[in-house]
Amino acid sequence: MIAVYLLLFLSVAGIAFFALTGHHKDIGKLNTYINAVSLAMTIWLATTVFQHGTILSESKAFLIDSFNVYLIVLTAFVGFTTSLFSAPYMAHEIELGKLTEGRLKLYYSMYQGFMLAMYLVLTTNNMGIMWVAMEGATLATVLLVSLYRTPESIEAAWKYFILCGVGIAQALFGTILLYYAAEKLGNPENALLWSVLHEEAAQLNPDILEISFVFLLIGYGTKIGLVPLHNWLPDAHSEGPTPMSAVLSGLLLNDALYAVVRNKMLVDGATQSHIAGYLMMGFGLVSFLVAALFLHRQKDIKRLFSYSSIEHMGLMTFAFGIGGSLATFAALLHMTVHSLVKSAIFVTVGHAAQITGTQKMAQIRGLIRTQPKVGWGLLIGTVAIAGFPPFGVFTSEFLLLLATMREYPWLTPFLLLGIGIAFAGLFRHIQPMVYGEKPEGQLPIKANLIPVMVHLGLALWLGLAIPHFLSDWFSQATLLISGSAL
Amino acid sequence: MNIETQDFYTQAILSMSALVGLMSFLMLGQGRLPRLIFVFAMQGILLTLTAILAANELHSPHLYISAFLTFALKVVFIPSMLQKQVFAMNVHRDVEALKNNTAVMLSGASLMIFSYYVLQPIIHTSSMIMLNALVVSLSVVLLGLLLMISHRQAVAHVVGFMSIENGLFFAAMVATDGMPMVVELGVAFDVLVAAVLFGIFFFHIRTSIDSLDVDMMNKLHEVER
Amino acid sequence: MNWAIAIFQTVLFVALAPLLAGFLKFCKCRLQNRRAPSFLQPYRDLLKLTRKQPVISEDASWLFCVAPYIIFTMMVLAATVIPLIAVDMPTSESADVIVLVGFFAFARFFLALAGLDVGTAFGGMGSSREMTISSLAEPAMLMAVFTITMTASNTDLSGAIHHILNSGSTLHPSFVFALFALILVAVAETGRIPVDNPTTHLELTMIHEAMILEYSGRHLALIEWASQLKLMLYGVLIANLFFPWGIAQSFTFGALSFALIALVLKLVVLSIFLALAETAVAKMRLFRVQEYLGFAYLLGLLGMLSHIILESTR
Repeated sequence: MIAVYLLLFLSVAGIAFFALTGHHKDIGKLNTYINAVSLAMTIWLATTVFQHGTILSESKAFLIDSFNVYLIVLTAFVGFTTSLFSAPYMAHEIELGKLTEGRLKLYYSMYQGFMLAMYLVLTTNNMGIMWVAMEGATLATVLLVSLYRTPESIEAAWKYFILCGVGIAQALFGTILLYYAAEKLGNPENALLWSVLHEEAAQLNPDILEISFVFLLIGYGTKIGLVPLHNWLPDAHSEGPTPMSAVLSGLLLNDALYAVVRNKMLVDGATQSHIAGYLMMGFGLVSFLVAALFLHRQKDIKRLFSYSSIEHMGLMTFAFGIGGSLATFAALLHMTVHSLVKSAIFVTVGHAAQITGTQKMAQIRGLIRTQPKVGWGLLIGTVAIAGFPPFGVFTSEFLLLLATMREYPWLTPFLLLGIGIAFAGLFRHIQPMVYGEKPEGQLPIKANLIPVMVHLGLALWLGLAIPHFLSDWFSQATLLISGSAL
Repeated sequence: MNIETQDFYTQAILSMSALVGLMSFLMLGQGRLPRLIFVFAMQGILLTLTAILAANELHSPHLYISAFLTFALKVVFIPSMLQKQVFAMNVHRDVEALKNNTAVMLSGASLMIFSYYVLQPIIHTSSMIMLNALVVSLSVVLLGLLLMISHRQAVAHVVGFMSIENGLFFAAMVATDGMPMVVELGVAFDVLVAAVLFGIFFFHIRTSIDSLDVDMMNKLHEVER
Repeated sequence: MNWAIAIFQTVLFVALAPLLAGFLKFCKCRLQNRRAPSFLQPYRDLLKLTRKQPVISEDASWLFCVAPYIIFTMMVLAATVIPLIAVDMPTSESADVIVLVGFFAFARFFLALAGLDVGTAFGGMGSSREMTISSLAEPAMLMAVFTITMTASNTDLSGAIHHILNSGSTLHPSFVFALFALILVAVAETGRIPVDNPTTHLELTMIHEAMILEYSGRHLALIEWASQLKLMLYGVLIANLFFPWGIAQSFTFGALSFALIALVLKLVVLSIFLALAETAVAKMRLFRVQEYLGFAYLLGLLGMLSHIILESTR
């Protein structure tokens, strides 16, 4: 349990330190160290949970079970590798004169703020605090989206702020309804604690919970980027600094989905029906298909991959919506590999944009000739995210297809179609960027591709063989979420 | 379950909810920003009064803290900040031409009916007339959304955003006698930070597009041209 | 006995109407730092007008001469319906609030016809404006009044007032909306600022005055009197429906006189408010009137909704 407190304290200390102290030359490295220590903490936490099972803090404020512990490790891991990438990246941006030192301080301070919010969303046992932390994540990142202060970035940030703020207000209404239903069981002080609610879910009023879930899905769904609530997502991803896009895609969307799934578990317990699942399936499938189609019409490379994020989040939402053990397992695996691969892609995209000095895909050409590592990284990342074997995305998508065929066979063609469209949409853009003619005077830059390799390597590993401890974890989490073992 | 048979507290809360709803409608029809902000502050005062009333009746002292926070944030801090922005931008004399004011108003009324329809299953499960206040707070939330859709000024958007918060606060207070203290404090903190961020954003927007008209922000599209 | 009191009440209504108009004018003058005419000035005006010979245009038909009498009669009939100092009058039991709205509509119909009859440009313009406004104001008024009558489950005004008096000091959220809606409608219907200005003869803005521009002598007196009566009708309607305390429920002398004092106080307060509002608010453009009345309708609708949502039995 101490690990959780230390984890949160570290982030708070990070915020305060970066915000209050003067500029350092090694500010980026410092950020990396903090995230490295956080990662160590989470691994410690994970081993504890692995050995002793679910931990509930004494005040019942924090709950670590098999579902969130692996997300916590994933969060810390992606946070760490992205910070590795962001140190030289931001330094380069300073050299280009796009940023000032004051804004760099803001960037690192808010980076830690974002990590704090993410850890809080994952570790808290209180549904109200979960909402507060989720809103906190928006507030922490909104200034980062507008970090460059261009009119476009300010527009994107405003859109992000307003849409997510309004969307998440619906989630608060859902939470209030949840509280209202739970309060009737007596003991209002504990009525928002997930551990209590989950135990007593069967006694909660199903009508109230159904309505509350609609609001929660809309609210957190805005954050997941479900169509038609997704408008902020491509803008925020494309206009903010690239490390931010990596953590937004890799972490924020996951955590919002995590919040929805937590609530779904309560609703399922109360209604004994599949209504929440159907809602998620519907939203998920629509997001998946629409985003796959939008991939074809993009011109900005970061927008391209943010639509790909929407597509994959839709897929996961759909998988959690189906709800059986196989589908849930697939969804958990997909969450992991998508985070890994997508943040790797954003890192390479960031490098590619710095090499060519633009984000317009039409002007990014011949990466593989300028800097082979970046080119290959982008190519392999795209191959991985499009669901080619032997990468982990293939495994999870395959499992998901299997689950769909078993439960709702008539939906399988849609999934296959969507995957096909998305594949075509990605490759028609990526191929010329990687191979095409190298423009005159395009020079390689100082790049740190270790995070990319680590991420892609892990995704490859997960595709070839899921290690024993991880599959155990996934099985435990599956049991917890779907109620049936694999 | 007629209103005449209810005790004074219930009647007062119901009247307050009606007035809070009325404030939302007044905001919806308001083209002038200073007046809009004034009505918003009025809504904050009504919320504060409701919180005090509830705290007094239910003997839950933590609602006094909520009342105080509401007053400090939504009656004093946010309106004065917005007012300052409006005067700084010199738009306090502008009358925003609201497109189709009457249609907006009537769709506001239909939103109220809609929220009644949405929440009807819940109301049937409960014998408490108080729950009806939930309907009003949901419609305040939806009216806040409508306000944001129908107005073009960034300041009006912020007012809409904050009035959504008002509706949520009202729901939390009336239907459930206030959320646990940690959550309330967390929400208040978020609102405070959001308000400060909005202030910063006004500055950015002004420096980048030299106006607070949201319609001028139109560079990003779903499909790029 | 009951009939005698009913007739007395109606006479009181008709007789007091110019006084109310005079008092209102007095308040307005004082607020605007002017020397005020006496309260009794409207009576003197009416008297003077009746002595003068009416001039009738040669294009006017019989309708033009008949209209003032019809309008005045309608207003007097309306006055019998609204409880002034006592409820349970035999006259007010014979007609309910829908009939009241009907009386107003009937009078307005003839006023508009008379405006058109002479064929002057102003008359036609005034009539068309009046009809536009009233077509919007009427639903709003009905909506507001229905909110009250739904609470009382009775469209009879006496019954509604009874219900409100007997249900004790209940806070009705819907009444707040209905009150505001009715005030807005009353302002529009009686041709006061900000919808119409009774003291102007500016062709661009006038509505009521445009229709009666051709009238003179005793015809004009009747129409003036009728419109003063209308103002009083609305004032009493608002005062007695929303603040019915003091109205006599039994026909004793003490109760009646107390009711009269209470009524006078209520009307004084109301007219001070009206004068304040008229001084503070500027007249709005004609094209804004539909927004104004749309808002009044909305308030009425909200009153109805909040009655159904917040107050009703399920």
